[in-house]
Amino acid sequence: MAEEAVFDLVHMEAVSYVFQGEKISEDEAVAKLEHMGFATGYRLVERLTRESGRFKDELDIMKYICKDLWVTVYKKQIDNLRTNHQGVYVLHDNRFRFLSRMAAGKQYLQYAPRYLAFTCGLVRGCLANLGITCVVTAEVTQLPACKFQIQVQRG
Amino acid sequence: MAVCVAVIGKENSPLYVWVGSGREELHLHYLAHTGLDVIQEKVAAVSKTPGDTRELYLGLLYASEEYKVFGYTTNTRVKFVIITDAANTTLRDNEIRMMFRRLHNMYTNVVCNPFYIPGEQITSREFDRGVAALVAGN
Repeated sequence: MAEEAVFDLVHMEAVSYVFQGEKISEDEAVAKLEHMGFATGYRLVERLTRESGRFKDELDIMKYICKDLWVTVYKKQIDNLRTNHQGVYVLHDNRFRFLSRMAAGKQYLQYAPRYLAFTCGLVRGCLANLGITCVVTAEVTQLPACKFQIQVQRG
Repeated sequence: MAVCVAVIGKENSPLYVWVGSGREELHLHYLAHTGLDVIQEKVAAVSKTPGDTRELYLGLLYASEEYKVFGYTTNTRVKFVIITDAANTTLRDNEIRMMFRRLHNMYTNVVCNPFYIPGEQITSREFDRGVAALVAGN
């Protein structure tokens, strides 16, 4: 459907916009994208959780992220959720939407993190508004599969 | 007829308080604030009883001689409090739920405004009008 392409294309342009200019460093640009994702996620989750019932606990919230949020934003669910029950969650997506348009394999591995920064921020923003402070990082070993690691800050 | 409508943020800071004209503002602010303790109890209690339908509407928080206080919490830890006259028996539970739903919708719209920073006081005129319509419509 054509509507799905709009988000993909805007995201692509956002990534290339943020990396414009010779003086910008990789870290700064990625931080900008992450911040954009954070603000988006924060406001988005307010609207999305309106209809869902109250969450019982942290795991409930994580399941919500993997199912409802991912379906709403990326039109698919997270393929695998792992946790060590001590505040670390790993989300596996075997075919991440923003990476699915690039060649599968290792050819563009060095550029993949740019396309994950916004999503890391999105997840962090959603969790922040739901009351969970955390750090979200992403890892790619082979396109288009990727892993998001969420580390909940407790204490 | 609602006498006071309050939106309270995550850290229990007031984001928006509307009090009907001719009412004792301070007393109503105080009532809304004490309602927060009851909300906290209810939220903590629900998380221990599984099998309860976990909905956002919390119902009557408490009733005094003059006023009845109703509460509603969202998943993002924002609370809404509506205070009505105790003598007013025409307002049914369903109507209060509808009022809270509309309030929630209005709040969501405010959050989506790029010029609104979450955590600040709500100064939107649209929100003011919405609350006025909410109170008048019942």
